[in-house]
Amino acid sequence: MLIGHQPKPFLLAVEALTVSFDGFKAVNNLSFYVEENEIRVIIGPNGAGKTTVLDLICGKTKATSGSIQFRGKELTKLKENQIVQTGVGRKFQTPSVFEDLTVFENLEISYPKGRTVFGSLAFQRDAAVKQRVEEVAEMIFLKDRLDTYADQLSHGQKQWLEIGMLLIQDPELLMLDEPVAGMSVSERAKTAELLNRIIKDRSVLVIEHDMKFVEDIAHKVTVLHQGQILSEGTMEKVKNDPKVIEVYLGH
Amino acid sequence: MINSRFFNRSELIGFIALAAILFVILPLSLDVFRLNLVAKYLTYAFVAIGLVLCWGYGGILSLGQGVFFGLGGYCMAMFLKLEASSVENTKIQSTPGIPDFMDWNQVTSLPLFWQPFHSLTFTIAAIILVPGLFALIIGTAMFKRRVGGTYFAIITQAIAAILTILIVGQQGYTGGINGMTDLRTLKGWDIRPDHAKVILYFVEVVLLFACIGIAQFIRLTKLGRILVAMREQEDRVRFSGYSVANFKIFAFCMAAVFAAIGGAMFALNVGFMSPSFVGIVPSIEMVIYTAVGGRMSIFGAVWGSILVNFAKTSLSESFPQLWLFGLGALFIAVVLAFPNGLSGIWNDYVQPRIDRLLASRKSKPKDGWNSVADGAPAE
Repeated sequence: MLIGHQPKPFLLAVEALTVSFDGFKAVNNLSFYVEENEIRVIIGPNGAGKTTVLDLICGKTKATSGSIQFRGKELTKLKENQIVQTGVGRKFQTPSVFEDLTVFENLEISYPKGRTVFGSLAFQRDAAVKQRVEEVAEMIFLKDRLDTYADQLSHGQKQWLEIGMLLIQDPELLMLDEPVAGMSVSERAKTAELLNRIIKDRSVLVIEHDMKFVEDIAHKVTVLHQGQILSEGTMEKVKNDPKVIEVYLGH
Repeated sequence: MINSRFFNRSELIGFIALAAILFVILPLSLDVFRLNLVAKYLTYAFVAIGLVLCWGYGGILSLGQGVFFGLGGYCMAMFLKLEASSVENTKIQSTPGIPDFMDWNQVTSLPLFWQPFHSLTFTIAAIILVPGLFALIIGTAMFKRRVGGTYFAIITQAIAAILTILIVGQQGYTGGINGMTDLRTLKGWDIRPDHAKVILYFVEVVLLFACIGIAQFIRLTKLGRILVAMREQEDRVRFSGYSVANFKIFAFCMAAVFAAIGGAMFALNVGFMSPSFVGIVPSIEMVIYTAVGGRMSIFGAVWGSILVNFAKTSLSESFPQLWLFGLGALFIAVVLAFPNGLSGIWNDYVQPRIDRLLASRKSKPKDGWNSVADGAPAE
């Protein structure tokens, strides 16, 4: 497909990626490329392998074959925490925040310092940490809730908190799995605004079903179907692709 | 060490109350026999504090803490046994100068691994390092492969069973089922008379407070918060850039070292060590002390160990058959009704009342409000 002459270096290059679970190929010989500062949305019917692709990139699932290069580094050989340290952040589909900790502590844990056992024993909550946490809390609309335990937050606020936890990591590639699922209309608008603000200076890979939301943010759309790419391009192009209409958009 | 940042107000009250009771009230009010019993109970408090970090905070349930308690205890007992087995003391044996149980089992020379236990420095280092390294090996083998939860608990239990069988089976090297008895002196200082028991009690309480301090320090660092985070959302911690396995190994090793210190103090205070403190049953009892005291509370763990053991002594004196049923019922009751144990009951029912009383008296001067002293959980 795209192999051969490449005009500029890609931030993320996924090539011939395959993963099979007991013979079932959830992702089958998949290749795609994400550029710097690009917002790529992955759409597709249920079971198309969207979440599995993110799992493969962040190391949660090990690939059967193929390669994932991030800034020239092979990710398939790294552990999850090492992948995070190279600059890839991942938000899960269901909000996963630490409910027994406060908003401040949630954000502080994601602050990229003191990540080893002894580093975390010596970690000091200094002015720089506090300032950064407050900055991010303001961005995610939780500035007044810093001392609230996360289990007191609403579903939407938990989603924002998790996005905030990724922001504080300052990843070069941000992967979001259905960031507006289960949100109210007003929360959805705020989230779109939030995402538009945080995508500056980084690439984002988003899985989303909400087509209105996809149209708002996507630079490029990849449509997955049965673990393979069905169509790829601008929203306009994808929307009018007869194959896409048949398997996904048509109903 | 004690400032408002290190302990919050209710923790400070708990700390002062515990210190007052252990350092002043108990030594003044109990005879040496009873004080020695408290010393025995407190050896389990070390294990319980370790379990608070490892299980309460980190969510790693170990049903094999008896292993580390035993390793610490046996290291201490080996040193004491060697000192008690001088050539002069053992001249009636066929091989004088080796521990009596070796002689009974036709062992004719001191085994190689016993040799370094002639040195007290080596012994003290071994009490910390042997269980610490053993926990490091188990932890690395399990946590790096992502074995956790119930599987980990079952494996630790199996290790407790294996170690017991090993100790019992290797009678000539370990003293077998009887353990190591007749421990007499520490560097020539007799540990058996009453005044020695009192001194050993105070040494133990000082060590206990040192461990409380270390545990509280760990709890307050970012590592303490990562343990809580890990218990809830292991994947989120992993995808925040931490190696979850390393943090689990650390918590497990700390718990092992605390348990080993408790075991060593047990050998000193009680004067013997046997496999009945290593196996499955004692290991589970140690988890029960922690659960009863409150697995999230360091002070609660200490109270749980003292009170459950006190109940054990009193009940098993009068109704020996009933004790195990009582213990089982207690554990079920705690899990079902009071998941946070005594410290949870204290925080939910007693503390709010004290706060309310204090608030209502705020305008008045503090007229003889001295019952604050029982600010310790479970008084």
